[in-house]
Amino acid sequence: MRVKYVLSEVLVGLWRNVTMSIAMIITMAVSLTMLGASGLMYRQVDDMKDLYYKNIEVSIFLTQEVTEQERTDLQTKLDSDPLVKDVLYVNKDEAYKRFKEMYQDAPDLVNAVKPDQLPEAFRLKLNNPEQYKDVYDQYKDTAGVEEIIDQSRLLDKIFNILTSIQNIALAAAVVMAIAALLLVANTIQVAAYSKRREVAVMKLVGASNWFIQAPFVLEAVVAGLIGSLLGLVALVAAKYLLFDGSLSALQGLLSPITWGDILFIFPLMAGVGGLVSAGTAWITLRFYLRV
Amino acid sequence: MTKTYPKASRPSLDNVSVSIEKGEFVFFIGPSGSGKSTIIKMLLHEVAPNKGRVVVNGKDVTSMRSWKRPHFRRSIGCVFQDFRLLPNRTAYENVAFALEVIGKTKAVARRVVPEVLELVGLGGKEHRYPHELSGGEQQRVAVARAFVNRPLILLADEPTGNLDPDTSIEIMRLLDRINRTGTTVVMVTHDSNIVNQMRRRVVEIESGRIVRDQARGVYG
Repeated sequence: MRVKYVLSEVLVGLWRNVTMSIAMIITMAVSLTMLGASGLMYRQVDDMKDLYYKNIEVSIFLTQEVTEQERTDLQTKLDSDPLVKDVLYVNKDEAYKRFKEMYQDAPDLVNAVKPDQLPEAFRLKLNNPEQYKDVYDQYKDTAGVEEIIDQSRLLDKIFNILTSIQNIALAAAVVMAIAALLLVANTIQVAAYSKRREVAVMKLVGASNWFIQAPFVLEAVVAGLIGSLLGLVALVAAKYLLFDGSLSALQGLLSPITWGDILFIFPLMAGVGGLVSAGTAWITLRFYLRV
Repeated sequence: MTKTYPKASRPSLDNVSVSIEKGEFVFFIGPSGSGKSTIIKMLLHEVAPNKGRVVVNGKDVTSMRSWKRPHFRRSIGCVFQDFRLLPNRTAYENVAFALEVIGKTKAVARRVVPEVLELVGLGGKEHRYPHELSGGEQQRVAVARAFVNRPLILLADEPTGNLDPDTSIEIMRLLDRINRTGTTVVMVTHDSNIVNQMRRRVVEIESGRIVRDQARGVYG
């Protein structure tokens, strides 16, 4: 009977103040969507970092006047370097071949450049791409080295952008969460006020505190859970319309978001939505009902 | 015991000591602001004394933790001047509500509530709403609600304050009947008529001090 009583009180409570309940659920949903999106991006960025940094290369270009001796010295040094996983030597002919492939749409440019003019290079794969700086410091003054170029610097820029998007989503989630919290607190106050007579009688005859509080707290929790469900719907729609739709051209660039990722992030959203609402409701009641 | 409210110039109760035996019927009388209601609040563990102890049913409640209060209150029934009934519930539902919120089943309520409504003289009016009942009848519902859980103590804070003299006397008969079942009744009032008719113990309070404690007293 008590469970039934509490549940019916929850539904009556949500319905009694339906506009406020809707406002509470919507803000909660937006906040949780942002939270979920930022969580998804976090995984996404991690995946992409793995993917890209694994294939990253550092190129050491040699000067035109490099001697045979300098080249072999460098080669042996690189071969024995613990930072370096793989070394590939590219001579002028190969460099020219690559150059021709890369600029095959611009025959004028290709014709203007002779194989001689392109630098020889060592292409390195590092054991840990983040140790690029060490490699750079170590070889920049070596005889015969013209320039060291690291692809990860470009990637860093891209990932910086992605990280700031992620932070913006997280900040939006926090701001919306604050709005949601205030709405929860307000809804609970209104609910407690409209049931003040019942609450007074319950306190008088000795109903236990949890019994008095449970309907209010659960009302907030149910709103939080509905909000997180709407957030899930929003994320599914975003995947369906954005990633599988208009952004599908970028598929090779972005690592795919799977349905599994979204299902994985949902418990987080539901948990945060439920717990935060419950906590807010409980604290509000402590001040408002003093039970 | 002594109780001083914050911002008050003098204590609401000043070094008051009173002992009520089980099964007694006690009137607390005195002018408004004399501290009568503070005694009720202390017995309900709503306020605590600054000095001294409050012992109810053999238990020292002075330092009782607030989470124990609900269970403690189940042994005390309460009636007020303004009835405090739930307007959207019938007489039966009002009384049953008090049982259900402390975890009694509907089956228990179905057995006990008609009995107690019969006891207070409301047989046949179980399904009336408070606005369909007279003041005296509403107070009977309140008494039924206070008594339905068979408390050891019944506190009545000016229960006849809103009622005409004849109805007041009926309510007093009812409280007397409840007292005869062994329930201790503590009643705060300034209805001299009733005190004089009942001839029970009278404790008079003035400016927070006991000025009289008489076994079969009259009003002033």
